[in-house]
Amino acid sequence: MYPENLYYSQDHEWLKVEGEEVVLGITDFAQKQLGDIIYVDLPAAGKSVEAHQTIATVESVKSVSDVYSPVAGEVVQVNQALVQTPEIVNRDPHGQGWILRLKIKDKSELSKLMKAADYEQFLEGQEH
Amino acid sequence: MKKTRLNQVHREAGGRLIEFAGWEMPVEYRGLIDEHLAVRTKAGLFDVSHMGEIMIDGPEALALVQYLTPNDASKLLPGQVQYSALTTPEGTFVDDLLVYCLAVPDKYLLVVNAANTDKDFAWVKDKAASFKVKATNESDRYSQLALQGPLAQDILQPLTELDLGQMKSFHFAFGQVAGIDSLVSRTGYTGEDGFEIYTLSETPDVIWKAIVARGEPLGLQPVGLGARDTLRLEAKLMLYGNDISDKTTVLEADLKWIVKFQKGDFLGKAVLEKQLAEGLKKKLVGFELIDKGIARPHYPVYIGGQKVSEVCSGSYGPYVKKAIGLVYLPIEFTAIGTELEIGIRDKMVKARVVPTPFYKREKK
Repeated sequence: MYPENLYYSQDHEWLKVEGEEVVLGITDFAQKQLGDIIYVDLPAAGKSVEAHQTIATVESVKSVSDVYSPVAGEVVQVNQALVQTPEIVNRDPHGQGWILRLKIKDKSELSKLMKAADYEQFLEGQEH
Repeated sequence: MKKTRLNQVHREAGGRLIEFAGWEMPVEYRGLIDEHLAVRTKAGLFDVSHMGEIMIDGPEALALVQYLTPNDASKLLPGQVQYSALTTPEGTFVDDLLVYCLAVPDKYLLVVNAANTDKDFAWVKDKAASFKVKATNESDRYSQLALQGPLAQDILQPLTELDLGQMKSFHFAFGQVAGIDSLVSRTGYTGEDGFEIYTLSETPDVIWKAIVARGEPLGLQPVGLGARDTLRLEAKLMLYGNDISDKTTVLEADLKWIVKFQKGDFLGKAVLEKQLAEGLKKKLVGFELIDKGIARPHYPVYIGGQKVSEVCSGSYGPYVKKAIGLVYLPIEFTAIGTELEIGIRDKMVKARVVPTPFYKREKK
């Protein structure tokens, strides 16, 4: 279910490492909790972010959810497709529904994140 | 947490259950937007058994209802329903409600909000002490299903001997649905045609399953509280706690049509008369966002850089496809087209006052 090649945070973001950059999105669990997503508030390219800071906001019909960056870095690109069709996040949260790319400051921060198997175990603790 | 008699049905249907007003209720099944659109275009089935039912029984039942509510219940014949309110002496809301006339003048059923049932019953019981009536809280005995949408009548008719074609809006009748004794009323909380079905049966799931079996091939979906809220907001139906409360009067809520000053005395009448004579200082209006974003309850509302209010109800309207909401504004800013700004996190987002309801169904 959860791709092996991604890192996962306890706030239900995923990261995919591509060289010095990471792609960031929200997990399938997160999109299911939110329900139908109708708006993604994206940051401007060039914005710097510290680890655990809000970097974007995802709004479903019923609720608002902050997206935290699990690592420090600088936004290099945002997924412009989400402006017109935010529902891609529901349809393909780990792929086409990516939110933004960051130039990562310190790759060692990745070691604090979970791998797929750990995240799945973490989710079992979340569900009852 | 209380469970309705349909709890198991919701689990089997894949409903996501949440706590609401002390009840475990389905918030959504297939998805809020899908469910919302099903009600607008086909049909939707809701479990609203959490709603409260208060029976007023006795020779002075009508007199008590007239005293408690601003609308004129003396106009009701048995089989008729009226939207009204329980008002405080200040003309504000204890709750809004439906009044069902079972017998003139001695039997009326008040259907109230789940979150307010205990408060309302205490209120009614206290006032009832000076009338020859008995007020009983029947809430736990009733189950209530709502079948809403343009196909509601087609779906329900084969399941009942009642002639639904003869049942006008805000009328009701007793009859069986799927073999279960029920009260069927042509009312709802979605802005669509439809029915609300009340039963004292221990097996309301029989009705639920019969409606689903008949309706699903036609596009009916089970609908959760999520879409119930967006449907009622598009139709500008009030939600107690968001849009109306004990801080807002019936007139400020733009519900003058439920206030009948000619009918005699009622709680809050003097204050409301004075307010009407002096003119309102604030009024509930609808707005839509011009810029992107969604205004949600309690977000600050600004005019000309000054904070003037906070959002009451605010959401995305899945059928009107806009971010919409309701807000109390100083009366000088309530004209259609007035530009507002809404503080959404760190941004000021443009909005404007628009005519309501946001959605009105076309009459056949």
